[in-house]
Amino acid sequence: MTDSPKTSFKAGKTALKLVLAAVAMFGFGFALVPLYDVFCEFTGINGKITGPVERVEQWVDTTRTIKVQFITTNNAGMPWEFEALQEEIEVHPGAWTQVEFWALNPTQKDMVGQAVPSVSPSEATEYVQKTECFCFSQQTLAAGEGRKMPLIFALDSKLPPHIRTVTMSYTIFDAGAFAEK
Amino acid sequence: MTTATAHHDDHGHHGPAKGIMRWVLTTNHKDIGTMYLWFAFTMLFIGGAMALIIRTELFQPGMQLIEPEFFNQMTTMHGLIMVFGAIMPAFVGLANWMVPLMVGAPDMALPRMNNWSFWILPFAFGMLLFTLFTEAGAPNFGWTFYAPLSTTYAPSSVTFFIFGVHMMGISSIMGAINIIATILNLRAPGMTLMKMPLFVWTWLITAYLLIAVMPVLAGVVTMMLMDIHFGTSFFDAAGGGDPVLFQHVFWFFGHPEVYIMILPAFGIVSQIIPTFARKPLFGYASMVYATSSIAFLSFIVWAHHMFTVGLPLQTELFFMYATMLIAIPTGVKVFNWVSTMFRGSMTFETPMLFALAFVVLFTIGGFSGLMLAIAPADFQYHDTYFVVAHFHYVLVPGALFGIIAGVYYWLPKWTGHYYDEKLGKFHFWMSFIGVNVTFFPMHFIGLAGMPRRIPDYALQFADFNAIASVGAFIFGFSQLIFLYLLIKTIRGGEKATDEVWEGAEGLEWTIPSPAPYHTFAEAPEVK
Repeated sequence: MTDSPKTSFKAGKTALKLVLAAVAMFGFGFALVPLYDVFCEFTGINGKITGPVERVEQWVDTTRTIKVQFITTNNAGMPWEFEALQEEIEVHPGAWTQVEFWALNPTQKDMVGQAVPSVSPSEATEYVQKTECFCFSQQTLAAGEGRKMPLIFALDSKLPPHIRTVTMSYTIFDAGAFAEK
Repeated sequence: MTTATAHHDDHGHHGPAKGIMRWVLTTNHKDIGTMYLWFAFTMLFIGGAMALIIRTELFQPGMQLIEPEFFNQMTTMHGLIMVFGAIMPAFVGLANWMVPLMVGAPDMALPRMNNWSFWILPFAFGMLLFTLFTEAGAPNFGWTFYAPLSTTYAPSSVTFFIFGVHMMGISSIMGAINIIATILNLRAPGMTLMKMPLFVWTWLITAYLLIAVMPVLAGVVTMMLMDIHFGTSFFDAAGGGDPVLFQHVFWFFGHPEVYIMILPAFGIVSQIIPTFARKPLFGYASMVYATSSIAFLSFIVWAHHMFTVGLPLQTELFFMYATMLIAIPTGVKVFNWVSTMFRGSMTFETPMLFALAFVVLFTIGGFSGLMLAIAPADFQYHDTYFVVAHFHYVLVPGALFGIIAGVYYWLPKWTGHYYDEKLGKFHFWMSFIGVNVTFFPMHFIGLAGMPRRIPDYALQFADFNAIASVGAFIFGFSQLIFLYLLIKTIRGGEKATDEVWEGAEGLEWTIPSPAPYHTFAEAPEVK
């Protein structure tokens, strides 16, 4: 073979660079996970709400009334009773409001639940501020235990005028496998 | 790296070793190319048998032959085996055989790694296939293995699937590294980049795509593995993860992957059409740039697979327009192929027939792709048989016909014999009719609303499904003609000349037929 040592050294160098590129892309795959969260948080497109926020009293826009709807869903196989005690309320942008949710563990064993929030339209997400939400932490319910869970929120008074209805949806998951000690 | 030099000394100018160990230990690019091609052909028959099981069940509405659980395993395994076991290894096999011959190199740049990257494959697919015989059954979550189907609700065989994907990923990455290292370092003097045959160019670009995205696939299955066994929650909302994240990461791999399966076919067709039109390829440079643009665009269109997951409007619009942009470089390529034929002295040998069918039928697949790219319309087409029709049109008469055309084109160079032209044409017409009878009706049942991946369906879809099943059997069994023809050509036939085809251009036609075990020991001079 005329394959000189020089050529195969060069080929080896090319191969090494490409191996490094492949390793970097493997890392990039994992970097997509935080990037995805950062992107969703930045744009608010996933309905992911950061919080809790500091309660700041702001100007209340009494000229507008926004309909806020609450939807609850059980993830497949989650046996809890889970509902919003007020299905629909009307609020003025800027006003702090408290609503209650109800959860009951009807099973014979203690369980841990985690509610995952979402806001529709997604454009409204960044205007929803929560100082307190049961979705910020896992909820532990003993066998047969029921509990009222509060949500304190305000819509920012800068909420775009074309948004007249905001739907807040909560899906409850069995988080037993991820229970925080 | 340094092994590339070390082992060459004991090789000299003798022929292949004898017996089975020749194939186990070989570092010869032709041997490894041959093994890749036979492996891919075997997988084509295994995956094809699964397709026929699916089509038999769908011949009539109602459940007659198999259980729905097994049906899901068949659709999943058919997809995985055809994508990773048939199409991709076949292209790597063609690259192994032809890239060194086309650039005037004595062998691949890293011959031992070449041996390794092939021999991983039978183990990877052995592991994947053996899950069919386990109690849990084979993977049943579709070839796209969306979480949580593939995590929370997966059969226990999913772990074998994950390691299988890791192994085929490593194999593909090593193959791609080898091809790039060969093309960049071992070209004959005078073979500048812009003189390289288009098959070499398309493979160079494909190899870069492989190195960019196969690690991301390895990453996503690793995340699944961790979710299933190590208590993480990348994709489980209960623990703070997000199942939609899975789809983003998967399609970040998946969309470049579909170009990995078509770009080398573009290259093959760009070799064949000039030969049988007896004219140089029209717009060589624009072909190179078009291929590069397609490769670049493939990274920014992934969410068009996810129009219905609830993306915001701006995102839908971006991915819709970016996707439609791909039609431009693809249109350039089709235009160039047609212009190459324009006023050429065309003859219609089997490779040319397959290449022509490729141009026409791939374009049909491209157009249905454009229809799917329209985000508002996609809400109707999503997950229907229209999607199945679309991607089978680009993968079967697209990628697979490209491979078959390449095999017919180079077969006389490999074996030293001309194949039986009459039998080749018979194979072509049976395949051409079979493929269209199978997949064309799927457009209609898809538009009418038949969902994909279901073992039973509503009565109004019955007629078209029956037609598609008949077509599938015609297509499937006509591949046995191909098998017979290959064996016949290897064992004997009319002696092939060195040039093989009148009007064929390129270094591979300057060496004797059959190609000697070692070629270009002295680098050829390229004008």
